[in-house]
Amino acid sequence: METLFLLAFWTVPIVLGYVFGRMAEARHYRSIIAREKNFVHLPATSLRTLLGNGPVARSELVTGSVVIAVDHFKKAASTLRALVGGPVKSYETLLDRAKREAVLRLKESCPGAHEIVNVRLETMPIAGSQPRQVTGVEVLAYGTAIYYVEQSAVA
Amino acid sequence: MILSYENTAMLITNIETIPGQTITICHGVVSGSSVRSKHVGRDIMAGLKNMVGGELRGYTELLEESRAQATERMKAQATQMGANAIVNVRFATSSVAAGAAEIYVYGTAVTVG
Repeated sequence: METLFLLAFWTVPIVLGYVFGRMAEARHYRSIIAREKNFVHLPATSLRTLLGNGPVARSELVTGSVVIAVDHFKKAASTLRALVGGPVKSYETLLDRAKREAVLRLKESCPGAHEIVNVRLETMPIAGSQPRQVTGVEVLAYGTAIYYVEQSAVA
Repeated sequence: MILSYENTAMLITNIETIPGQTITICHGVVSGSSVRSKHVGRDIMAGLKNMVGGELRGYTELLEESRAQATERMKAQATQMGANAIVNVRFATSSVAAGAAEIYVYGTAVTVG
């Protein structure tokens, strides 16, 4: 009886993480791909110089951030992976999602801008209540939004 | 004590210049920091979210508030120096202790004209 309870204690969160975590991930990727298409007109670069060369009307610091939970399946998969080494695919997709989401939020915070320059991405693990436990990963994207003087206003 | 300078217009960028304007005076480095811890309710919600995956919205908001406060403190310092813009701004974060995070923001206070 006790062994059964112990087994359930360890497997239920992992199974839940596998089922719902995968669903959440697939849903998130669909949303990311759809929103990225809406923002192709707003380039975000890591350059320190501007892409355009018209007169600049306004520039401002913009940020976008997201905290994504690390589900128990991903945790278990990475623990197993650490035994043999190699790419930890479960974390690769998690961080990819977080970074793309942060950049999207960055763009969504300034929909009228013409471009975003000097974009930087920072990642920070969010510690859990127990030591050495990670509950989530935060990704912060920040850059400078550039608004050029509208051509119609110049003429 | 932190004075409120929220109504002051301060130009902030993370590139070396304010495009279209010239830097006339450089005042030096300004910074602002904010240390916040998450509360138990959010921790419990996060525990549930760890079962199913997805975004930890409570933490996202918490860190955003914290970053806004750090930026506000940096702006207050720049205003005290007589600057009207902050260039080359950087954000940094560190986990000070379990359950608390420090948000640090720094840049160079300048006067543009």
